[in-house]
Order: sequence, then structure tokens, then C-alpha cells
Amino acid sequence: MDWLSAKQLKEKIASGKISSVEATKVVFERITKIEPVVGAYISTFEEQAMAKAAEVDKRIAAGEPAGKLSGVPIAIKDNMCTTFGTTTCASKILANFHAPYNATVVEKLLAADAVIVGKTNLDEFAMGSSTENSGLKQTVNPWDTTRVPGGSSGGSTAAVAAGLCYAALGSDTGGSIRQPASLCGVVGLKPTYGRVSRYGLVAYGSSLDQIGPVTQTVEDAALMMNIITGHDPADSTSVDEQTAPIPDYLEKLDEPVKQLKIGIVPSFNAGADEQVRKAIANALNVYNGLGADTIEAQMPHLDYAIAAYYVIATAEASSNLSRYDGVHYGHRTAEPNDYIEVYTKSRAEAFGKEVKRRIMLGTYALSSGYYDAYYLKALKVRNLIRQDFVKAFENCDCIMMLVSPTTAFKIGEKMDDPLKMYLSDIYTIAVNLAGIPGISIPCGFDDKGLPIGLQILTPAFGEDKLLRIARMYEQQTDWHKRKPNLS
Amino acid sequence: MNKVDYKVLVGLEIHVQLCTRTKMFCGCALGFGEQPNSRVCPVCLGMPGVLPVMNKQAVEFSTLVGLALNCQIAEFTKWDRKSYYYPDLPKNYQISQYDLPLAANGYIEIPATNGDLKKIRIRRAHLEEDAGKNLHTAGNFSQVDLNRAGTPLLEIVTEPDMNSATEVRALAEELQRIVRYLGVSEADMQKGHMRFEPNVNLVINRGDGQFKTPIVEVKNLNSFRALENSIEYEIDRQLDQFLETGEVMEMGNKSTRGWDDAREMTVLQREKEEAHDYRYFPDPDLVPVRISEQWLSEIKSRLCELPLNKQIRYVKDYGLSDYDAGVLTADRQVANFFEASVAAGGEPKRLCNLLTQVGLKLANTRGCSIAELGLSADGVAELAKMTEAGEISASAANTILEEMAKTGKSPRALAEEMNLIQKSDAGELEKIVDEVLRDNQKAVDDFKAGGKKSGKARGFLLGQVMQKTKGRANPRVVAEILDKKLS
Repeated sequence: MDWLSAKQLKEKIASGKISSVEATKVVFERITKIEPVVGAYISTFEEQAMAKAAEVDKRIAAGEPAGKLSGVPIAIKDNMCTTFGTTTCASKILANFHAPYNATVVEKLLAADAVIVGKTNLDEFAMGSSTENSGLKQTVNPWDTTRVPGGSSGGSTAAVAAGLCYAALGSDTGGSIRQPASLCGVVGLKPTYGRVSRYGLVAYGSSLDQIGPVTQTVEDAALMMNIITGHDPADSTSVDEQTAPIPDYLEKLDEPVKQLKIGIVPSFNAGADEQVRKAIANALNVYNGLGADTIEAQMPHLDYAIAAYYVIATAEASSNLSRYDGVHYGHRTAEPNDYIEVYTKSRAEAFGKEVKRRIMLGTYALSSGYYDAYYLKALKVRNLIRQDFVKAFENCDCIMMLVSPTTAFKIGEKMDDPLKMYLSDIYTIAVNLAGIPGISIPCGFDDKGLPIGLQILTPAFGEDKLLRIARMYEQQTDWHKRKPNLS
Repeated sequence: MNKVDYKVLVGLEIHVQLCTRTKMFCGCALGFGEQPNSRVCPVCLGMPGVLPVMNKQAVEFSTLVGLALNCQIAEFTKWDRKSYYYPDLPKNYQISQYDLPLAANGYIEIPATNGDLKKIRIRRAHLEEDAGKNLHTAGNFSQVDLNRAGTPLLEIVTEPDMNSATEVRALAEELQRIVRYLGVSEADMQKGHMRFEPNVNLVINRGDGQFKTPIVEVKNLNSFRALENSIEYEIDRQLDQFLETGEVMEMGNKSTRGWDDAREMTVLQREKEEAHDYRYFPDPDLVPVRISEQWLSEIKSRLCELPLNKQIRYVKDYGLSDYDAGVLTADRQVANFFEASVAAGGEPKRLCNLLTQVGLKLANTRGCSIAELGLSADGVAELAKMTEAGEISASAANTILEEMAKTGKSPRALAEEMNLIQKSDAGELEKIVDEVLRDNQKAVDDFKAGGKKSGKARGFLLGQVMQKTKGRANPRVVAEILDKKLS
């Protein structure tokens, strides 16, 4: 029963073949057994989850309608606000923070009758690519516990890979869903900017952040998209549904895209591991075998993506994180001499190294006299990258590329070299700058048995097609069915 | 000794609190004097994960003021974050407008000292959110009340076109009338709805050349009196300081002073203007605002004749004194009522007397506006007509107006009921005059003797007639008869 997909489980619960209580119990049994090794969760809610499961079961037994996730155990990245438990962002500054409201996506999950198992670990404030920057705990890769799960949604991807929930939510600012999904061998989708409400997602880089599903299968990703997408009046940047209607992502999922044209960027794989490149080439062969054509896409500005990203994201972060000051909530230093010390000491004590580094970078980029040279220039680069994608998509349905230049790396391997760590996002960052959707799906393993992900990108609001393209591959291969051996 | 003459230069920054239904970026109601932190929500508290949603009414109100101040209204404007740390600012940035203000390049006309109008140029007007309040109570701690946080403020900046404290006050009062006319602010000084920050310096001409004194900004004045007095004080102080030290304006020697109400003097707050770096950048949580032609013309349709124009027109068209015209135009509802009464056929001066001597007093005692007294413009016009026609005396008209406000009855019904219709029947009055002349032979003799006593005697006789008729005789008719009989 452990390895049912979320959709399979949902159907079994809805038809009364399995109860939500049973399924939830099994999840918590696995958590008791495996979680001490994996460390995916910052908090779990067993009592609340069992109560919700029982309530859903009762309704189903009474023949009443249940939501789209009727009793499926789900995990949430701990940077989304919940009225239950804490919302820590894996930061000491919010270690005891209880949010007074639910994020819009949390409300949607609850309305869909999801059973919320717990809140997962992340790099502090989603800043990182390995979940090692968590201020609260270490998460490991379920495929090799000496390695990182990727990040920043490493808790969510590890939880899904290890069977500690059936699906999860992550957030992706520069690759934070896709990269850990790739490293953990699960499916991770970053939707178009504006497709999912950000209300209640603790902001890192507001113009780049987007919530998305982390799942075992492409089909589950479609199921989750049916629940979490939609315009939200509380989020001015969420797109109205007249401009971009929301389809039923499951409805045509199994219809292959005919005469599929795949764009590739052959020059854009420098520094990538040979085995990873090979796996991607094999995946393209599978598509060719299904009748797809491959063409070369020109993306002249991709090389500048990382530079632009680290200016824009850190600039926004420096401003977004200024509210954690010890005055209104969160950690406050013990004995300040004046209010300035409340700020300086509280922040110095509770923020981690990487968060401080990015706040300083961003503050510098926004300072008068530097604004034009950094922030404004980065916005121009962002525009050029966006145009690169628009032009490229004139000639193809999708672009395929690597997710990560390597498979999961050793814990501690890149911690002393932030630049090297930043480069692990080289293939994912441009997607956030352009605001388009991207998915990572399992497409093989290296000789160490570590999973490899294939990244597929489509134009904005093309998630339905993106999922169909991903599904074509999933139906031809078994990579997604392999599970790590943790027992 | 050299002869010294000088010119005063004052520019003004004014913060006007708008009377919108809700705060600038959330659904909280505006408040004053409530329990601290009772008008707050996650958004105006700056909780993690919240997003602002723009208040459209605030944009419309501000646009209306911009139009009234003859400004160019931006077709495209946006929101910027202004960063600074202060405990009353929950996010540690204020959402404001930096380089693209909603309105710019306008002017306001104020009454000049010589009786003419003077144009003061408006540099810009932009919309922003207010901060909360720090409460420094007993003990070695402070408290923060965030009820005011997020209240919409319109910041208006003038050019340094004012040359005296009187002009500054005139502008402030004129602006108060305008925003009240437009219904966009209560402009209640006691509640801090208008706050002023004048920039003052002098251009001094002396035998040995022209000198400019360093600019002083006086912070946070919230009464017309403090505004006027602080500028008067600054003029004297700056002149004295110049004569003593010879210090002139140069880069970086602008200083900030506060107004000490008790001691009636400005007090130095910051010697040198600090090199503030607010690190402005566009708020990624809000979308830019486009003010379409259609929207603008819809807002334009809500404009009305401005108070100063009305005041001038009342003097010119109705022959009212400048003072009376000022009283009638101080409040839009009073002016509207007056104009409706004029339109209903009342003689303007007569109406002015009725409304200023009785109407406003009544409204004041009842604590309501003149429109809420239960008077109709038609009724008041009728009352004025009756007075003009000599049917009732001016003092009777005042009495009737009071009764109209109490009972809602028509002026004619009341005049009859109260027996206040004047006797104008010449035959009847002639009899009474004859009686009086017969009974007061001494006065008749005095009159006929001429000289000093003559006028007094006539007045006495007239008074006797009025007494006999219990004040209901038309004095004009009585005088005519009397003069005829005595000649």
C-alpha cells in the first residue's frame, strides 16, 4: 500500500477500499521508523491528521461527497503559513512563530480534504540548494543518506521519495522544487508565475517565488494542480482566470502531444556530469521514438541568468526579510540596550550565514549609486531572457534540458563555496526569471544509484501541455516506480 | 552699518489622511482613539507571507485632489518600497511612490495679502501608507500601536513659492477647504489628518552681496497656529543667526528642527541632513496602476467648483462681503444650500444673513451640518422673499427660521401662526400715527423746532407706532406716513 500514487490512494479511499485512517496510520508508522534517518519534517501533526482522516472516512461511509484529495496524506513546506503548529521557514528567527492565518494553498488543500501530515524542512527562508542551510535540522537524501536531498524544498522531496507522505507542496524561486525533485527522484513542478496564489507563502524573492507540487508521478502533479491553482484576490500578482483560463489538468493528461517539437540548447550543458548528460540524451531518444522532433533553440542570454538572479532575488529578499526585527514577533535578543540593538542583535543571533550573505548582497544592490548598475541592469537581463524564451517557443512546443549538473552531492561538499553551490541552479534559474512553468521528472540513475531528472519547459500558462509531454515519457519508462531502500 | 533686507522662501510638505472606507492595502477600517492594536490584521501587521492589495478608492481620492490642484495625472504609476527601520513600521519598509507620483506639476491659488490671488506651484502628490505609533509610557520600554499603520496618506509637496508665514497658513487652510469639499478627507487637525513640514530659508540682500541662509525643515506640525508661528520664529532666528555667524546654505547643511509648543520656539533635532538611503525599488507584490482615460474622466466628473473660486464669485455676483463669502464657502454643504436657496429665488444678501446669523448657529448647537437641519432651500428662499417684500421684519425672519428648523413648517404658516405678518395697510397705519401724534404733542413740537432734538423726536414717534402695533407695522410705511404728517 505504501507505494500507491496519491491519485490511486485517493480513488481507493473514495471507493471505500482503503480508509484514510489506515493510510494515515501507515504514513505515521513510517515516520516513526524512517524519519529519524531522513529528517524531512520540522513538525508533524499526527493527532490532527488522524482526526481529519476519521472525519473524511465518516463522510465517505455516509455517502457524502469528499474533496479532490479525499483523505490523502500530504506534506507542506514549512514556509507556508498555517494556523496550526509553527511556521518556521527553518529559521531560528521564526522557530516559535505561530501564524494567525492559513496560506491560500493551505485553505485549498483543507477544502480538498487533504490530511496534512506535517511541515517539511528547507534551506532557511528557501535560500539554498541542499537544505543544509536549515537553521533547525539536517535532511538527507533517501537514496544515500550521506548526501543532500537538494534544496530548498529538500524536506518535501525527501518526504515524497521516502514514502513519508503521498505528495507535498514546495516552493520554487530559482529551482527549489525542480532541483531537489531531480536529486530525490520524484516529480517537481514549478507553475507559471501568477498561477498559484502566493498569499501566505513567506516571501523570499517575491517576483520569482511560486508554489508547486512535489509528487511521485506526473499524474499526481496534475491532480495537485487541479487543487492549488486559481486567482486569489489577496494576491495582486495572481493572474485572473479570464486572461488565462485554468483547464482540468487530468482531463487530457493521457493524450500525447502530436508532432511534438522539442527545443534543445546543446551549448547549455557546460560543467555537467557525463552520466547526467547521457541520461538526458536517452530521454530525448525516448521522445524521438514517440515521433517527436528535436530542434536547436537559440538562447543567447542564458549565461547571464545566474548573475541577474542573484541580484534580483537578493534585492527583494533584503527588503522582504527586514520585517524580522525582534520588535513585533519572532526571536528577540535577551537584553538590548536600545531599540537599535533589538534590531542588530536579534537579527545577528537568529539569521544563518547564507541568509545574512543574501541580505547583504541585496542591500548593496539596492543602495543609491549602485541601483542602476545592479538592480536595473539585472531587470534588463531578465527581460532579454524572457524574450529568448518567447522567441524559442515560436519554433517548438517545449524545451528540454538538465535540471542539475550533477546528481546528489555529499553533505558538506559545497558548504564552504557559495559560488559552487549557486552554480547547481544554473539550469533552473532562467525559468523563474522568465516566469514560465517547468517540471523535473525522473529519467535515470547514475552508477552510484542516484536519481537524475529531466527538465521540461513550456510557455507561460502551458502547464496542461507540459504535463501531457511529461506524461508521455512517464508512460514509456519505469524510473518513477523505483523507490529507495530505507527499511 | 549695511542695510539688510530679506526675502522669505517657504516650501511645504503636507500629509493628508484620506477618509477611505478601509486602509491602503488591507480591509481594516480606519480608526481613531480605539483600543491599541484593535484595528489590525495580518497584512497591516506585516506578518510573514502576507501581500498588499491596493485600495482603489484611495487612488481615486488622490487623483481627485491632483485634478483640483491642476496637476498632470500619471497614466502609469507604480508602488515602491521605501526602506528604513523603525518600530512603528511593521515591515520596515513603507509602500510609497518614488519616481512616478500619481500627480505632478500643478498649482494651487491662495488669497494674497494685497487681495489678489497667488499661484503656488505643486511639485508632486503621491500616495503612501502611514506608520503606526510608538507609545513611550512609563518604565524602560516602549509600546507600539499599529491601528494607524496602513492608513492612506496623500503627500503633497509644493515648490518654495511662499514668502511669508501668512501665505503658508493661507495655503494650508485653502488645502483643508479643498480636500473637505472633495470629500476625500475629514481634514480634522485634532486627529492629525493634516500634518505639515515647512522648509524655510531666507535670501538676504546686504550691501556686500546676496546670501541664502541654510534650509531648515520643521517636522510634524499639526495645527495652523504652530505652522504659522514656527515659520515666524524661524525667520527671526535665521536672520539673527546669519547676522551673528554669516553661515550660508551649502551642500549638506540643511537641518531639521521641531516645534516646541509650550516655549513657542523651534528646537534643533538633526544638525546635518543625514545621508538617508531609502533603497527605493518597485514593490514586486503590487502591479503597476494604469489610469485609463475612461477612469480619469469618471473621476473628473466628481470634481466641483473649488471654495476659493466660489468665494470670489459670491463677492462678484452677489455683492457679498469677502468675509461673508468666506463663511458661506467654508463648507461645501453650506455653499450648496446657499446656492440652492439663491436658485429658488431668494435675495443673496438676505439669504446670507439668514444662513450665517441663524442657520450656522443652529447647526453648530445641534452639532450637525446645515443640510441636516430639516430646512428646505425653497422654504428659506420663501422666507427671504417675504422679508424683502416687507411682509415680515428682519428680526421676525430670524425667529421664523429657528421655528422652521424645529417644526418643518412653511415660513408663511409660521408667520401667520406667530402673528408676525407686518401691517403695511396705509389706512390702518395712518389712524395709529394720528393717535400717536395726538398723544405726544411735546415730541411733535420738538420735531418742528428743528435742530438736534428733531431727529430724536422722530425716532421716538416711530417707536411709539411700533409699540402700539406690537412690532408688526412695516417700519418703512410708518416712516413715510409720519414724515408726510409732520411736514
